[in-house]
Amino acid sequence: MSTAAALDVRELTFGDAIKEAIAEEMRRDPTVVLMGEDVAEAGTTFKVLTGLVDEFGKDRIIDTPISEAGFTGLGVGAAMAGLRPIVDIMFGDFLMIIMDQVANQAAKIHYMSGGKWKVPMVIRATMGATRRSAAQHSQSLHAWPSHIPGLKVVVPSTPYDAKGLFKAAVREDNPVVIFEHKISYRKVKGPVPEEDYIIPLGVADVKRKGSDITLVALSSMVQTALAAATMLEEVGISAEVVDPRTTWPLDVKTLVESVKKTSRCIVIDEGYFHYGVTGEIASLIQEQAFFDLDGPVRRMGAMHVPIPFSPSLEDSTVPSERQVFDLAREMCNK
Amino acid sequence: MTAAKKAVSDIPNDKLVRLYHQMVAIRLFEERVNDLYTRALMPGLAHLYIGEEAIAVGVCEALKNNDYITSTHRGHGHCLAKGASPDLMFAELLGKEAGYCKGKGGSMHIADPATGNLGANAIVGGSAGIATGAAFASKYLKTGQVAVCFFGEGALGQGLLYEELNLAQLWQLPVIFVCENNGYNEYTHFSESTAGDVAKRPEAFGMAVETADGQNVRETYAIAKKYVERARSGGGPAFLQFKTYRYHGHHVGDIARAYYRPKAEEQEWVTERDPVTLHGTWLMENGVATRAELDAIQEKLVVEMDAAVDFAVNASYPDPSKVTEDVYA
Repeated sequence: MSTAAALDVRELTFGDAIKEAIAEEMRRDPTVVLMGEDVAEAGTTFKVLTGLVDEFGKDRIIDTPISEAGFTGLGVGAAMAGLRPIVDIMFGDFLMIIMDQVANQAAKIHYMSGGKWKVPMVIRATMGATRRSAAQHSQSLHAWPSHIPGLKVVVPSTPYDAKGLFKAAVREDNPVVIFEHKISYRKVKGPVPEEDYIIPLGVADVKRKGSDITLVALSSMVQTALAAATMLEEVGISAEVVDPRTTWPLDVKTLVESVKKTSRCIVIDEGYFHYGVTGEIASLIQEQAFFDLDGPVRRMGAMHVPIPFSPSLEDSTVPSERQVFDLAREMCNK
Repeated sequence: MTAAKKAVSDIPNDKLVRLYHQMVAIRLFEERVNDLYTRALMPGLAHLYIGEEAIAVGVCEALKNNDYITSTHRGHGHCLAKGASPDLMFAELLGKEAGYCKGKGGSMHIADPATGNLGANAIVGGSAGIATGAAFASKYLKTGQVAVCFFGEGALGQGLLYEELNLAQLWQLPVIFVCENNGYNEYTHFSESTAGDVAKRPEAFGMAVETADGQNVRETYAIAKKYVERARSGGGPAFLQFKTYRYHGHHVGDIARAYYRPKAEEQEWVTERDPVTLHGTWLMENGVATRAELDAIQEKLVVEMDAAVDFAVNASYPDPSKVTEDVYA
């Protein structure tokens, strides 16, 4: 359902698609505010929001002190009291700083109150290594909030998805954590319709059709999987690439349907390999497609090391298209 | 002190009597919680508010119905003072479907949008952001609502509190931070956990600070009223520290307390500093109410509280199928 492929649709970068989503939602709903460190004139440290403050003013694009837990907690209360805050924590690594407000407060308030209070807020975080930012600014921690009931977690991979998913997140009555892949901001371009559209959370997307093997890939790994699929095609292997788009809710049905068709599967993610998203997804697929599988579902994730600084070290921690190609080829015996 | 007395004399007689009524209601409620807990009818933990009633009552009487509060693990008093109904409170404490949170929150998580109660919070200091955020929304939406963040002196050790004090003062938000200093972080005297002068901490942010006797309900009310009105009219936040005492243990099961606080100290607060007795005596001495009138208030509340307990005891537990409801809105 990647309907944006029509030729007359203009192309945007991943970052600009997110900015457009935020701008459209802020125009539509005056209760949407965005706050974080250097989000106003600076347009965030990644320059993704440049210009928004000119349109919406400093009352709605709000620079905060360097107090991630403080303004996230403030966002929770503001959401309960009638606003739809978008809280920007810059680096996903800072999730640890705000985790009490996210996991013990935002996630649980609706349930603890017997469904009486709602927390309609979006927490923007980034993910992704190979930016030479070392161990505390490079992690992909989307598995953490995915573990907590009450949260929804979005990991967009394309500009089209980023716009539609972000707009859906703003309209959610639940707390949503959205992980934006920071290298994709400028590097990934794609068609994005100018009109208003949303992509419901919890619907996977088949990014490429194939019949021999399913590559389940998230966020940056979708591009990696697509590149591997092109290489595989050259050796006669037809790979299907499926992007869950959200880790929770998780569209298990679409993933299982694909694997039942292809009988082979690799799950590829930039989060840490152990106790992570790949383990959860592989396990669910194996439980539900066991008799259709030719062999075990395989997984690829970030190495179990703190992300190193030196390029020669860092690049080896993230799955590459060559590694995906090699493993897929081995699984297909070709 | 002169200023406080002058303000106190401005409190109308019906309000003075109502302050007494509300404190007795909390006292009677908590005595029944103690009873239910010791009879093993109440699951979980029970942190009693007995001894601290003048703070919740004084502060909440200064609020409007749609003003916000956040509460703590020792929160029954705040919820009742803000207008919660005892029968639905007891039902929640016993884990019943009819409770405020359908039995999903329990004693430490009572919440009620109808009375502006954003919820009691079992993370010490955990609600400082929520209260500040509600004040942010109030200012942004120009609703005129004020938010009160209740917390114990134990929360002074949490970093989040200071981030919120900074944000509240920086953005001049209508939030009142109410520190109930009962002297003990669980089983540790606060002097062993708290460096320097508590009042100087919010003062460093440029925030209005007042430290007062938390056992005098006329004083807690007058001070809260002053700063709530100030916040409502755009004057910004305030930090109020009220000195108080919890008569019971950290929770109902905390019975052998001699290792962390002397019996004589407990006795002194109960006999010399009890907020209910002190205010009752003051009402009689100043001709506001007679002993018979005060007794009648108590008798009526006893009947109400007993009926509320009966309601909760006889209410049904939620069907196990409800466990997956309300995870997402």
